[in-house]
Amino acid sequence: MYTKDGNSYFIVDGHVHIWDGRAANHRNIHGKQFIDCFYDYHRNLSPEDVVWDYDTYTYYGGERLMRDLFAEGYVDHAIFQATLLSDFYVNGFGQTEEAFALTRQHPDKLTYNHAYDPRNGEAGLVQLRRDTERMKLQGVKLYTAEWHGDSRGYKLDDPWSRRYLEECIALGIRNIHVHKGPTIRPLDRDAFDVADIDKVATDYLELNFIVEHVGLPRLEDFCWIATQESNVYGGLAVAIPFIHTRPRYFAQIIGELLYWIGDDKILFASDYALWTPKWLVEKFVDFQIPEDMAEYAPITVEQKKKILGLNAAALYDINVPTELQLAEAAGQRGVEVAAGAKEAVPL
Amino acid sequence: MTVATVSIESEILAALDTVTDPELDQPITGLGFVRSVSIDDDGVTVHLRLPTAFCSPNFAYLMAADAQDALRTVDGIGEVRVLLDDHHDSDKINAGLAAEAGYVGTFGAEAEQSLDQLRRTFLSKAHIAAMERCVTALMRQNALHPNEIHRLTLRDLPDGREKTALLRRRFALGLSVCPNGRIVVDDAGRTLASEAVPMRLRFARSVRISMEGNAHFCRGLLATRYDDGGTATPQFTNTRTRSPR
Repeated sequence: MYTKDGNSYFIVDGHVHIWDGRAANHRNIHGKQFIDCFYDYHRNLSPEDVVWDYDTYTYYGGERLMRDLFAEGYVDHAIFQATLLSDFYVNGFGQTEEAFALTRQHPDKLTYNHAYDPRNGEAGLVQLRRDTERMKLQGVKLYTAEWHGDSRGYKLDDPWSRRYLEECIALGIRNIHVHKGPTIRPLDRDAFDVADIDKVATDYLELNFIVEHVGLPRLEDFCWIATQESNVYGGLAVAIPFIHTRPRYFAQIIGELLYWIGDDKILFASDYALWTPKWLVEKFVDFQIPEDMAEYAPITVEQKKKILGLNAAALYDINVPTELQLAEAAGQRGVEVAAGAKEAVPL
Repeated sequence: MTVATVSIESEILAALDTVTDPELDQPITGLGFVRSVSIDDDGVTVHLRLPTAFCSPNFAYLMAADAQDALRTVDGIGEVRVLLDDHHDSDKINAGLAAEAGYVGTFGAEAEQSLDQLRRTFLSKAHIAAMERCVTALMRQNALHPNEIHRLTLRDLPDGREKTALLRRRFALGLSVCPNGRIVVDDAGRTLASEAVPMRLRFARSVRISMEGNAHFCRGLLATRYDDGGTATPQFTNTRTRSPR
């Protein structure tokens, strides 16, 4: 919980990791390239005083996570998003067992979302059933550009992917987090294209599709499909750190999101340890649309409460203390999306 | 008779200036993607670099192949070698460029036909963003009402960078650049019904913001990744002993 100016905010961090990017875990050069790429994101967008040294960044473990999120970061509940990357790392990038064990130790504070790869076919379906039983999964995180043998990506509306989504429905997994990446076969197409999310969101209304990084680098395409689908949400990971380096640009992103998809569909996330939640929460609560950007309405305390925690709490049935709730339930699917999008344009 | 001499360095830079990052719609030179240029008696070797090892391989290939094509237009340049550094597909792309294998030859089974459609998709995005910049500037200047936008023609735009940028993108897409043509058109260049124009423009703003955001990421990450801070000035070496032409 975070309190400022007499307002208290329930905080759900919708996207956190425990990873191992140390050299001993690299399967090949891509393991090194991947953690280096993460570290550059961290160094480039964090305030200087919260930048980690490289060695800490490659592996920090559960104790450090508990401190950064819950002791210092105001987070009430956090959701692990698996990032396996088995083709790059000997023991995977995201540390499944360590994260899952921590979740069992602190079930009130942590939720673990696992991953699957539809390219594993029938055997993968059996594994998904086993994992769901053991981990009591409510959600999964899919990275569509994950390398897998000769393949470097898949689409959500591929036949096998559909079978996995149908299995999720059967198993009671409701929340499908999707992270688009740069590769997909054939390379003729734009791998970041979100059209496949549009198709499966229409076909599987039982599921919620949370598009990580609000579709960046295709924000506009994400907004466009999210206005048309009641079950498409946007996760702010990677977009929200702009609040420090480029606050005016962040104002435009959040302004666009509020306009197109509305305040019930946006979820806060730090992407820990890409960034730490403390400064993100503090800056977001202090944030306001600059006065000269008349094209966007000011962002209200209620909207911030929804984005910082109440929307994700609704998706994951996380118990929110009565005094931190709003009069009207947050994270509602039924609310009209992009009410503003029907009006003429103030420019 | 005196002939104005232009240095081979500036000709090479001018050629590279014409190569754009399709996602950002900005020249690779200004983005700092040209790492080094070395000229010798045989020809020129250009090293390119990108903000991350995981930038999309299809766009990486497009920029490298476009750079190769652009450099070949320089008179007397000799052999052209373009190399992409520090990318997960560097080996594949560099081998493909050296062998003139083309896109399909470079990526093999991962390629199907060509990158023409991909290129067109991003030209369309660049066009939409340029259109939005022009109209927004005009609306701010002349206090236009949203309902008046659909009537605006290219003639109404003041000369300047934004208008030039819009015309260039329309030309690249094969859309009309006639001064009487409407500014707000669809991707095929067709005029829209007046009631559809505000929404088209509203979407165009999202496209523009998305592209600008990507450029912020790319510039920031390049500056963090490389010790020279991602400078836009490539390292030049010229050991050429023969006369320019």
